[in-house]
Amino acid sequence: MSVYNKYQAVIGLEIHAQLSTKSKAYASDSATFGDLPNTNISPVTLGHPGTLPVLNEKNIEFAVKLGLAVGATIRENNEFARKNYFYADLPKGYQITQDKTPICTGGFITLFPNTAKEKKIEITRIHMEEDAGKSIHDQDPFNTLVDLNRAGVPLVEIVSEPQISSAEEAYEYVTQVRKLLRYLEICDGNMEEGSLRCDANVSVMLKGASKFGERTETKNMNSIRNVKRAIEHEIIRQIDVLENGEKIEMETRSFNAVDGTTFTMRSKEEAHDYRYFPEPDLQPVIVSQNYINGVKTTLPTLPNELYKIYTKEFRLSEYDANLIIESKPLGIYYNELTQYTKNYKAASNWLNGNIKSYLNENGITIENFVIKPAKIAALIQLIDDGKVSNTVASQHIFPIMVKQPELEPLAIAEQNNLIQESNDDDLSSYIEQVIVNNPKEIERFRNGEQQLIGFLMGQLMKTSKGKADPKKANSLLREKLNQ
Amino acid sequence: MAVDKLTVKKIATLAKLEFNEEQAVSIQQDLSRMLDFVNKLNEVDTEDVEPLVYMLNERPTLRKDEPLQEISQQEALKNAPDKDTDFFKVPKVIKR
Repeated sequence: MSVYNKYQAVIGLEIHAQLSTKSKAYASDSATFGDLPNTNISPVTLGHPGTLPVLNEKNIEFAVKLGLAVGATIRENNEFARKNYFYADLPKGYQITQDKTPICTGGFITLFPNTAKEKKIEITRIHMEEDAGKSIHDQDPFNTLVDLNRAGVPLVEIVSEPQISSAEEAYEYVTQVRKLLRYLEICDGNMEEGSLRCDANVSVMLKGASKFGERTETKNMNSIRNVKRAIEHEIIRQIDVLENGEKIEMETRSFNAVDGTTFTMRSKEEAHDYRYFPEPDLQPVIVSQNYINGVKTTLPTLPNELYKIYTKEFRLSEYDANLIIESKPLGIYYNELTQYTKNYKAASNWLNGNIKSYLNENGITIENFVIKPAKIAALIQLIDDGKVSNTVASQHIFPIMVKQPELEPLAIAEQNNLIQESNDDDLSSYIEQVIVNNPKEIERFRNGEQQLIGFLMGQLMKTSKGKADPKKANSLLREKLNQ
Repeated sequence: MAVDKLTVKKIATLAKLEFNEEQAVSIQQDLSRMLDFVNKLNEVDTEDVEPLVYMLNERPTLRKDEPLQEISQQEALKNAPDKDTDFFKVPKVIKR
């Protein structure tokens, strides 16, 4: 047995999510990403003396939304605190955050929902705070440059219980949190741009041990994959240290994406002492039950509820249902599609099949897909009515619809002579031709080689140039051959 | 109450301040005097008194989420000791 199997990992994650507000947390300057440096600023953001913070009401709304979505308890009396530290990108010298009174406590995130691996990870707390500015170290050889556009952008910090036990589970946890944030439309979840950030608290202990080992905190992973890589590396590193008879130091480490390793950023001695104290400039915000009930009515249907509707009411497979709830816009398209067709299965097949491959091939998203759901529903209806075959619909009609989305599928089918032939006379004439042209196969079939029906049907479809209604043609052909 | 040298050093590190030994002694004395004064206040029995955090009893006004740009980039950079056209410049923060 490998030494690594003797240990188990204990992981807790802290996720910082930038809220998609238009203005900042405590002042009115714009919270937009990517503008010219130091243009989205205000005296409050710059930390000028005599300025006072005024809280953005959306901060509360978004935090409550998230709390409701994870089943947390929402605090009525929300106090703010100052977290003090000196750094050039934090002009006030403190971050306004919540210390002892986080807006949400409890609740959970479900990993691998609706599968055998399903596991609930409890949330310790969710609190509101603000982002710092950005320091740029590599543009000027003698100075660090500071851009304060990001300073004061509202954040929520989501802290999990140390119940995650592998890098794979951590990957899934961040994926689920991001999906939820995007469904709620409170954070765009873009890790590369830093609107979603994740710190990992990792420790290892012998399997079955009751006391956690000393932990490290790893930062600077700019993708979900890198969260997984960093944790994988950190688990192995800690086990190696312990197996060498050494001790794990409590410290802050940074992830190096180039080689997938972590290195010491701050040791315990250098750890910050934040000297929290109540923020006297912001009075406690009362979040009433009435207010919470109001926010509740604005919650969208969440992925897990959609999953239930899709599998139970729509009878989709688990696989198909999961593909649709993967992203909210896909779900929105599907929901609209099912307003126009009750053939839920076909709707899901079209979305997960032809439509998705078209989107992938052309690098576009479903929001920019040109064909309206009603038109796809009309196409499904054509197939269900036996007017066109599935093959003709996907290989001939769909490509034309993509180029001319204003056309009706039926009109396309008629104009291009694609309407399936299901009248007996036409079909009989195709069957006659097949019988005349394939005498040997016909004889073999009649002698018991039933599998040749496939070949004969192929010939029939070829003769009809794909227009024969395959179901009807098949039964007529069998009838004829068995006479 | 005497503040020891280590405490002075720790506070200096947290505040990113630098001073020489002589100044350290005088700061140590100043801080001790301040703590003495606070200790004097501590003689009052405040057992049943709620801590006073906020000067007003009113509920805070929340702000609508509407962006409003009150000052320009130029104005923002105006008071900075060092800057270029776009950025605040600060002494190199070594990336560990």
